[in-house]
Amino acid sequence: MTLYVSGISTLGPGLPGWAGSRAVLAGERPWCEADRPRPSASLLPPNEQRRSSETVRWAVEVAQEVIQQAKADAREVVSVFASSDGETVVLDRLCTELATPQRTISPTLFHHSVHNAASGYWGIATGSQQSSTVLACYDSSFCAAMLEAAAYAQIEERPVLLVAYDLPSPPPLYAARPLQGGFATALLLTRTPAPHNLAQLDLTLSNDLSEDATSMDDPRLEAMRNGNQAARSLPLLAAIARQRGTLVRLEYLGDLRLLIRVMPCRSSVKTLSAD
Amino acid sequence: MAQGLVNRHTKKDVSHRIDDHSPNQAIDDVLCGTQGSRDPVPQDRPVATRTMAPLILTGYTLVSALGKGLDETYRALRNRRSGLRPCDFEDVGITTYIGRVDDVENMSFSGGSASTRLEQFDCRNNRLALLGLQQDGFTQAAIEARERYGAHRVAVLVGSSTSGILETEHAYCHRDPASGALPSSYLTSHRYTHNMFSAAHFVRTYLGLRGPAMVISTACSSSAKAFATAARFIEAGFCDAAVVGGVDSLCLTILYGFASLQLMSRSPCRPCDENRDGLTLGESAGFALLEKSEHADQPGAVALSGYGESCDGYHMSHPHPEGTGAIRAMQAALLRSGLTSADIDYIHLHGTATRANDSIEDTAVHSVFGPSTPCSSTKGWTGHTLGAAGITGAVIAALSLTRSFVPGTVNTTRLDPSLNSHVLLENREQPVQRVLSNSFGFGGNNCSLIFGTV
Repeated sequence: MTLYVSGISTLGPGLPGWAGSRAVLAGERPWCEADRPRPSASLLPPNEQRRSSETVRWAVEVAQEVIQQAKADAREVVSVFASSDGETVVLDRLCTELATPQRTISPTLFHHSVHNAASGYWGIATGSQQSSTVLACYDSSFCAAMLEAAAYAQIEERPVLLVAYDLPSPPPLYAARPLQGGFATALLLTRTPAPHNLAQLDLTLSNDLSEDATSMDDPRLEAMRNGNQAARSLPLLAAIARQRGTLVRLEYLGDLRLLIRVMPCRSSVKTLSAD
Repeated sequence: MAQGLVNRHTKKDVSHRIDDHSPNQAIDDVLCGTQGSRDPVPQDRPVATRTMAPLILTGYTLVSALGKGLDETYRALRNRRSGLRPCDFEDVGITTYIGRVDDVENMSFSGGSASTRLEQFDCRNNRLALLGLQQDGFTQAAIEARERYGAHRVAVLVGSSTSGILETEHAYCHRDPASGALPSSYLTSHRYTHNMFSAAHFVRTYLGLRGPAMVISTACSSSAKAFATAARFIEAGFCDAAVVGGVDSLCLTILYGFASLQLMSRSPCRPCDENRDGLTLGESAGFALLEKSEHADQPGAVALSGYGESCDGYHMSHPHPEGTGAIRAMQAALLRSGLTSADIDYIHLHGTATRANDSIEDTAVHSVFGPSTPCSSTKGWTGHTLGAAGITGAVIAALSLTRSFVPGTVNTTRLDPSLNSHVLLENREQPVQRVLSNSFGFGGNNCSLIFGTV
């Protein structure tokens, strides 16, 4: 199955959006340690920026960068949101309150606790009425989202916005699921080529486990990849940044591999280098 | 050799190339962006662009407050016996009713394929899932599909909204007073109980399946959307069959959460009643095995023949006032099935019995179907089972099709005169060939499914 990438974003420590991350991912500049970004998610109305969780703002931030970069109309794009652990700050507050005798929880807190909070806020911010799928698949969430997005683009013939994101849980939940860093990525995927595509992706699902999943050369980026499901996308993002034909192997649930042959698109080189 | 991944298109084994694009095109030949402009996307057309080949439900089952399995569910519907009872869940001090499944607390959590540590998945949500897998020969049907296609070629796509959060709620009551740490037993079980992937992980492990898997979590449309994803995965060639389902179980978060939103009735919910005053929460687990018709053609079998998905893009917990998202989902399902509104014999409403849902859903249904198509809500029987509402509706649709029966609406005494759709209060005995079932969730996430007989 062939897909085209018409927009890309990433957010993580030392990876502040695509423009600031491309050279690092391409190996042209070293990765430098940095604080966790504090995205504003400026697409959200000001009151929603205040009320939404940091997780929602990370997801919206990468989604809006992709839509702006691709000059796409968000109302015409279906979306696939993937998060392993979802709204952990909200869940921590809910469970803390439910452990008190009063069990008084605020209605806002409750409807912010759903796994599809980011998708819902994206819809509200853009006015999009297109389908939005929100999924979870533990450390394979990004890979599952690639399958869902690819199937959607292929069968429904719509551009698909894929957004994968997870932030470290607050204590005490962190001890149950020590996700690292904070990481978000977004891709705009289409079934047919368009002007200024960044890459062509050729997807194959395989149960040949003889070769390991693709890792990152830089041990610090490799640690990031291992520490957060959304960062499992890093080898794919790096292949797109490098603009060289590359075969990327993503691990899917220990039983499968998603093989993605990344092929550069000539028309995109200029766009990609403009950082 | 890798088992079960034989490619029917390219005759290669091991790898499954997903479609017919040339895999070996030289990189230099790929001139993305020079082959014409992007497909124009019409502005106001629902997503569905072509019809789907029906997918057969070769097995299906449901466990809810109505009972375990299809026969108990059907008898309760037929005899108009509601499964709702005054809230007796744990020490919850809210005056309301619930649709609780009996015996979940006392069941033994065992079985499944050898060499799996099943007990690590033990929590209320997965117990409910296990009860579901044990009904109506569903496990056997899934195992036969596994043997027919290979474990890697059967997907597991499960909808859930709160997963096993009850475990976390309990763990927060037992934090270390000094450090605030959660009990160590919880820390190791979290992945298998509360983590959102847990239900699909459990089902996949129990059935010994190794194909694509995920939990879809879009609140109350979750398990309806699992059918849409399954249809795409089968058509895209990611799998040959899919175990589709939904599991959501009672927990403090939803009981106190819906109470805080003032959306919960103090009495058994009364969908579409003039005096309806909110929903009743329930729990359920249901599953369906989806296969292509050429592998599973059985006269009279139930098939998924359409799906439609949309968002409201309006508000996190209030539906779009004009129902435009719901209209879009129903129209997309009709387009996908190649049917018109006149072909639908019965609409299984989302019908939560909140003032807003029933009124707005009525507006949407009326605008697509007009005033004649019979519709009803079964939430007065089962309660609103949230992420499992989609599979609950799907199985009730299948019962309607196979047993020539249309459920009415229980608990409702006076139909809201402001509603314009044809809402049934009494059950009907009549042949049914096509049913549309609605599921709408928080975040404005909508999904409509169409089922028919082959």
